[in-house]
Amino acid sequence: MEKKIRIDNGKLAFVDEVYIVADNIVTNLGFTSEENFDQVLSGYTGIKLLEDEQMAPEPFYASVIGREALYNRFSLIGNPDRYTRFEQLVLCSVHDALQGTNLNVADKRVLFVLSTTKGNVEQLGESGSLSSENKRPYLWQSGEIIKSFLRLHNDTLVVSNACVSGLVAILTGARLIRAGLFDHAIVTGADVLSEFIYSGFSSFKSLSQGPCRPFDKSRDGLSLGEGAGTVILSSRPDLNPKGEPIHVGRGFSSNDANHISGPSRNGEGLYIAIQHALRHFRGKVDHISAHGTATPYNDEMEAIAISRSGLQDVPVNSLKGCWGHTLGAAGIIESVAALHSIRKGMLPGTKGFQESGVSHPVHVIAETRTEKISNCLKIASGFGGCNAAIMFYR
Amino acid sequence: MKESLHISNYCLIRNSHLITGQDHFFAGKETAFPDFIKETYRHFNIGYPKFFKMDNLSKLGFLAAELLLKDRDLNLDYGKDGTGIILANASASLDTDRIYQASIADRSNYFPSPSVFVYTLPNIVMGEISIRHKLFGENAFFIKQTFDPVFMVEYVKHLFENQIVACCITGWVEMDSERYEAVLFLVEKTGPLNNGIAIFDVRNVDDIYCLKL
Repeated sequence: MEKKIRIDNGKLAFVDEVYIVADNIVTNLGFTSEENFDQVLSGYTGIKLLEDEQMAPEPFYASVIGREALYNRFSLIGNPDRYTRFEQLVLCSVHDALQGTNLNVADKRVLFVLSTTKGNVEQLGESGSLSSENKRPYLWQSGEIIKSFLRLHNDTLVVSNACVSGLVAILTGARLIRAGLFDHAIVTGADVLSEFIYSGFSSFKSLSQGPCRPFDKSRDGLSLGEGAGTVILSSRPDLNPKGEPIHVGRGFSSNDANHISGPSRNGEGLYIAIQHALRHFRGKVDHISAHGTATPYNDEMEAIAISRSGLQDVPVNSLKGCWGHTLGAAGIIESVAALHSIRKGMLPGTKGFQESGVSHPVHVIAETRTEKISNCLKIASGFGGCNAAIMFYR
Repeated sequence: MKESLHISNYCLIRNSHLITGQDHFFAGKETAFPDFIKETYRHFNIGYPKFFKMDNLSKLGFLAAELLLKDRDLNLDYGKDGTGIILANASASLDTDRIYQASIADRSNYFPSPSVFVYTLPNIVMGEISIRHKLFGENAFFIKQTFDPVFMVEYVKHLFENQIVACCITGWVEMDSERYEAVLFLVEKTGPLNNGIAIFDVRNVDDIYCLKL
């Protein structure tokens, strides 16, 4: 294949490789990747019984970030009264990820990719109306707000692809760097929990009675969560002098061509995405970070796709039991956790999992353990029949 | 050497009119979108009852894809995962989000419906097109303030150059209250017997988008 060449300080450089050079996670468990990963390794969960009459007529289990905590955190970088919770989440996450890198975000070679499913949907009026002044529910407007806050050169690229948005955003950022159009991509995913999201998942009867239990025999649905995650992609591994850069492999997103709200019975779409993601990867897969929402159908479908791919012996975890399903942030947050698993040689257990409840054998790890791994296959699936798979490696 | 790509067909829908690159044309009598899209469906004898369950954004994208792919079987030509679908719009699923929001606004009249909620994601239209045409390939949905032919052409070319797609349905499917427009392009590699109706480049894409209907 043809290699893209770029002139870098008078020297020729190839831009075939894309690295993650910095990252962040913001959830109920903390405002940095380190805080989050340490809590996850220690077996903590952000999922709690939530009583919020504004959001739901009855109490439910979810992982939400305290209003005051986010307000105070954001006030360190901006005026919280001028930004919605969604925008605060995005900007807190980006701000922390940029610490320690020497990236000039105003450079024209920097792209910002935003991943979200519902953005500022909370800003829709009570009857769903939208006054002509209020453009905030438009996702491109979220992109504009971020662009202006960070003083970016380029327009923000927004990805809204259901629960695979985060992985599609990483794939897109990496591809645009490989195409030679940018040198760096800041990829942030975020979603906030709202009455809109709660009532929808509730109407689908997808919510669990207690904290969710991925891949478990007694799993009965998902727990919702909110959060943000960021990865900074670059063709230059030395952009962050402190952290170990991790390679972003070539990935793939696919469709089940089966049903808009039900996972495929034979896992065909996810199987195809995994095959394409592994096509360019030589060596054995050390770890799989699953979507593992803990709905009966999702986990079963994933188990089938993993098993069909011959990866049934690879240690699998799902971290949905730690911070719930964070929708447009999930793919990024869980990818960041995977990078930290590679760097630290620690595999977090699957919170909520005790006994396998899927028909195809997969090696779900229940307890956190020390294990040297050099790569991770990240997978996700979502409404609309979409799937995505991507490899991260040393 | 880079392979060249061409537009083998397009479908443009706007102002109660539909036109394709294969000379299908329809001028609707109805001005309101729900009526216009139904009369278009009937005019072209689509015969897919699931159409009536879709939200407006999906109906628009689905119908544009029907005409774009008329008499084609991409599954046969490119295999089940050879065709990608890369779409964008400005309003995501806000048109249906408003309907859904209205259904939950009043607790004494609270009817969240799963069949409405599922359409509160813009990528569902790609799911509907994929189901209809049995396409398992690359999928992505982007949000942009306006139609952006530069991004679209560059991104799709990259997908071809890296063998992520062998064929691609790409375009703009926008639905926001009364305002709607769709333009879809079928992009394929140019061969000795296959050179389509125009080269796939920014200028041609923009010219087709700007056709007056």
